[in-house]
Amino acid sequence: MPLSDYLIFSAILFSISVAGIFLNRKNVIIILMSIELMLLAVNTNFIAFSHYLGDVAGQVFVFFILTVAAAEAAIGLAILVVLFRNKRTINVEELDSLKG
Amino acid sequence: MATEQIIFYIFAALTLASAFMVITAKNPVQAALSLVLTFFLSAGIWLILEAEFLAISLVLVYVGAVMVLFLFVVMMLDISIAQLRAGFIRYLPVGLLVAVFMAVLLVMAVGPAHFGLEQFAEPARHAADHSNVRELGRVLYTVYVYPFEIASVILLVAIIAAIALTHRRRPETKRQDPVEQIAVNRADRMRIVDMDSEIKK
Repeated sequence: MPLSDYLIFSAILFSISVAGIFLNRKNVIIILMSIELMLLAVNTNFIAFSHYLGDVAGQVFVFFILTVAAAEAAIGLAILVVLFRNKRTINVEELDSLKG
Repeated sequence: MATEQIIFYIFAALTLASAFMVITAKNPVQAALSLVLTFFLSAGIWLILEAEFLAISLVLVYVGAVMVLFLFVVMMLDISIAQLRAGFIRYLPVGLLVAVFMAVLLVMAVGPAHFGLEQFAEPARHAADHSNVRELGRVLYTVYVYPFEIASVILLVAIIAAIALTHRRRPETKRQDPVEQIAVNRADRMRIVDMDSEIKK
């Protein structure tokens, strides 16, 4: 089974999540989910290369990406909750206080 | 075609389908549940790639923790779904165009011409008693021990930041204020009244 199958799979997964950011550009929650999907695609790439090159360093890197992604999700959702509490909306287009 | 390859194609097709459901779901709860399915199926693909420890930690960390967090937040926020989906049709053409363009470009870059079996031969399977956890742990606690420590600090920062951000001081709850307690003096607490004694009738 060629390595390119795994790479094509994660390339398509990455493209789907890019489309998700474009289509749901008002909903912050779906944008965060799309970012998680992107990280998943990247992790699959790392693991595929780690398997085919026989080097465990790729898996160690995925381990750290999982750690950082968990921290990112926790802080991102906490910010989202605070944002909703203060502004009563999570619509990206209404969050323009910094525009001046 | 090998059995393993058929299993990979089934898992890959289901993963892509559920990822598509995540981005097109009408309801955020549905999107979160589709994301759970996507992570489960990806864990299957990681198992085919002999990354057993990471596949299990993907299920534990993502399905067990992160997705529950997502579901909690989705259910806690009172959002109008119709309003948030207003631009969906408007952005559909440009989103599809960018996605298809990107997919074609990436597939051209990573396709069989560059990463086929000629360039990367399929590695031999590990023996049945091979331990992926032991292999990973051996490098994690020697070569990568400092990054590992930093990762634990990052998790600690995430815990503290999440609590500090969402912690709310409600005016109606009663709590002790040590500064005020220390600063109090006798006159604030007690007043001596000078009056004549009265006889109870």
